[in-house]
Amino acid sequence: MNLLEAKNITIKFGGLTAVQDFNLTLQKGQIVGLIGPNGAGKTTAFNAITGIYKPTTGKVILEGQDITGLLPDKITKLGIARTFQNIRLFSNLSVLQNVLVGHHLRIKSSPLAATLRLPQYTKEENEMIQKTKELLKRVKLDDVQDEKAGSLPYGKQRRLEIARALATEPKILLLDEPAAGMNPQESKDLMEFIKQIRDDFGLTIFMIEHHMAVVMGICEHILVLDHGITIAQGTPEQIQNNPKVIEAYLGVETDA
Amino acid sequence: MTLELFIQHLVNGISLGSLYALIAIGYTMVYGIIRLINFAHGDIIMLAAYFVFFGAGMFALPWWLAAILSIILTAMAGMIIEKAAYKPLRSKNAPRISLLISAIGVSFFLENVAIVVFGGRPKSFFSPDIFKGVMKIGGISIPNLSVIIPIVTAALLIALVYLVNKTVTGMSMRACSKDVDTAKLMGIDVDRVISLTFCIGSALAAIGGIMWGLKYPQIHPLIGVMPGLKCFIAAVVGGIGNIPGAVTGGMLLGMGEILLVALLPGLSGYRDAFAFIILILILLFRPTGILGEKIAEKV
Amino acid sequence: MRQNKTLKTIIIILILALFVYYAQNNFDNYKIRILNLCAINTILTLSLNLTNGFSGMFSLGTAGFMAVGAYTSAILTMPPEVKQMNFFMAPMNPALMKLNAPFIIALIAAGLLAALVGFLIGAPVLKLKGDYLAIATLGFGEIIGVIFTNTQSITNGALGLKGLPQYTNLYWSFGLATLTTLGLMTFLNSSYGRALKAIREDETAAQAMGINLFFHKNLAFAISAFLAGIGGALMANLLSTIDPTMFKFTYTYQILLMVVLGGMGSITGSIISATIMTIMMEALRSVESTLDLGFITIPGIPGMRMVIFSLILIAVVLFLKNGIMGENELTFEAVQKAINKLQPKKGGKSHEPTRS
Repeated sequence: MNLLEAKNITIKFGGLTAVQDFNLTLQKGQIVGLIGPNGAGKTTAFNAITGIYKPTTGKVILEGQDITGLLPDKITKLGIARTFQNIRLFSNLSVLQNVLVGHHLRIKSSPLAATLRLPQYTKEENEMIQKTKELLKRVKLDDVQDEKAGSLPYGKQRRLEIARALATEPKILLLDEPAAGMNPQESKDLMEFIKQIRDDFGLTIFMIEHHMAVVMGICEHILVLDHGITIAQGTPEQIQNNPKVIEAYLGVETDA
Repeated sequence: MTLELFIQHLVNGISLGSLYALIAIGYTMVYGIIRLINFAHGDIIMLAAYFVFFGAGMFALPWWLAAILSIILTAMAGMIIEKAAYKPLRSKNAPRISLLISAIGVSFFLENVAIVVFGGRPKSFFSPDIFKGVMKIGGISIPNLSVIIPIVTAALLIALVYLVNKTVTGMSMRACSKDVDTAKLMGIDVDRVISLTFCIGSALAAIGGIMWGLKYPQIHPLIGVMPGLKCFIAAVVGGIGNIPGAVTGGMLLGMGEILLVALLPGLSGYRDAFAFIILILILLFRPTGILGEKIAEKV
Repeated sequence: MRQNKTLKTIIIILILALFVYYAQNNFDNYKIRILNLCAINTILTLSLNLTNGFSGMFSLGTAGFMAVGAYTSAILTMPPEVKQMNFFMAPMNPALMKLNAPFIIALIAAGLLAALVGFLIGAPVLKLKGDYLAIATLGFGEIIGVIFTNTQSITNGALGLKGLPQYTNLYWSFGLATLTTLGLMTFLNSSYGRALKAIREDETAAQAMGINLFFHKNLAFAISAFLAGIGGALMANLLSTIDPTMFKFTYTYQILLMVVLGGMGSITGSIISATIMTIMMEALRSVESTLDLGFITIPGIPGMRMVIFSLILIAVVLFLKNGIMGENELTFEAVQKAINKLQPKKGGKSHEPTRS
């Protein structure tokens, strides 16, 4: 069974069709990329999968279950986590707290148990803190765990967002431009990092990216969106040589 | 209920609706530009009424002069409030909550200053004879005031619509309410536009307040509170940021309130609650308001 | 380390308990009344801070929930003879006539009923953003007042209720204020508290991290209403007289001022500002009555107190936008640090390891 299927997703905002007939299948363990010029509808497609937008038509199916139109928190609980294009951290909370929040969705203790610090809650809290510290070590943010998230430099903020998403214990991780603003060395480290977490956590990764080196480097399959329409999909080699893709990005040559 | 009674209620509803509409416009214009619920707007009505009261009473001015002075003073008060309590926060890019709290503080301040200066006990508003008369239309007696109010309101609305749609100033106001930053880039003096918005909104509220005092001649420092809340609700019901919406909302609420009392006299104690129930319904089922536009949030 | 904190907290509570015991038995009625009001206002301020400060939901419904709590407690604590006397215009609902309960039950009922009303109001309304939520909750506060004025057989309408037994004493008010403080501290430092703060910071991101907005927002709102209800009940059994006009938006504004002054997001800030403001409100009464300084008499200006308060509110939001404490707490560490700073530097090696 496919892990995730998006079938014929169309998203219209009034008269504007942002995404038209978007189809996607994700197998467990894959790293799939979504590229396209700015404004192509990539983040909109993300938002439809994660429940922020309800598709005008079409379905999203996770492990055989129809999750179309469910609220975002429900979808995250079912195993799809994401990062945001414009980094949406909890700026005034510490690095540690940001990732701890990611664990909250799995909590079993009631608010009353938490307030009374019953043993069941204390045990859960300690486990959450433990897992959080491990995650922070993983993304090399353990030395700044008490800093306010908003005070971190850009690259660290991106890593923090990924750690926070990982804290929700997802099956699928949607990354929205994770390499934005990174230099070549950082991008290389990111590529290694993504492959590692895919292996270590048994994840499936779907990512929007503009850094071609990153996309071509780790994605096994790539979809190309332009003005909401999927104009091509295939392996990195196929995409790189696809004339429609080149046209979408660079335009058509006209005779002078 | 006889036809005569029904027509009288209808006319009453239209005149109350007109008052609500005038005041709601001030809310909607301010919210449209700086996204602030000007809690103090309702108390502006009260100020205007008291200015006329003192003008006509203490200074024995002819009522029309007192009214004009009141409108001018109230409009100025609106602009001063903006400059003193809202602009500093806007310039500091303070969170919207701070603006809201400041507005609450100003409202609180105006009410309590009024209690201190004017005394908490209700005072009788003056009432020139023209407004006391009753006319007969088709055999039905209708108070002059109930006809004058809608006419004045309509005239003001026509003038306002002309200003907003056909003048350059109006265009800058519309530009600011769509996108303040771009308006700044286009060279529009946004601060001036905002001041003007407060000026116009307060002037309209002042006229509304004076006519309110004529219609309900007992004035006291808290008369602006309920109408203030209801008129904000009217603006939301009609579509916030939208002048025709404010008028629609105001008329709807005014008429609805009067008809509720007329048709279900047992529930007349709940007349004030009517507006809030409409608010909840609108926010649940059509949050952008009757004439409002949908704004999508970019994620 | 944690045991130290618990120990220190217990010591503070013991000191407070001794103070309360002494005060209740030795202070005059006027001082006791003010102390009671300080504690009640602390509970109310914490209630409003929970929603407005910690959870980012700007609610103005406090007075309405206080009214629910006050009337619940009144109906449950008034003995039948007193009820008989009050409901002379129209008879009271017979089922309510017979209801009677000890104060502790009345308090719990007051809180629970207010929480229920809070949930009924919150469920449809909490998805609204900032300004709209403020108006909606303010409106509900007003509607509750309107309802209470019109339900003659339950609340005695505009006549109000007199002769409520004065059960509120310093043990109740300070005890409940302490419980509220401790409870909120543990709640807000728990995972649920973090979830609320996350919602405050960025609702969309919080939801994307699996946090159910409806549940958490309503939780905070209901707890806040519960506390406001208890505050109202304590107030009712302190003043012995209640009527629908007591619980108007003006009261909410005063509590809002206390929240803003103390710092939206600081528990200790709320305690400090509630205490200071309550004492100031009493102290400023002198501004309102004639000041007889012996050689001259300054006429009192009634209503001046509130003018001053509104100016304070505007001033705080303009100049001190984070209030006294901002989002910080007066923790034991903070006090220790402050004491350390004040001590003169000793010569020789310092204790602090230098940062590399």
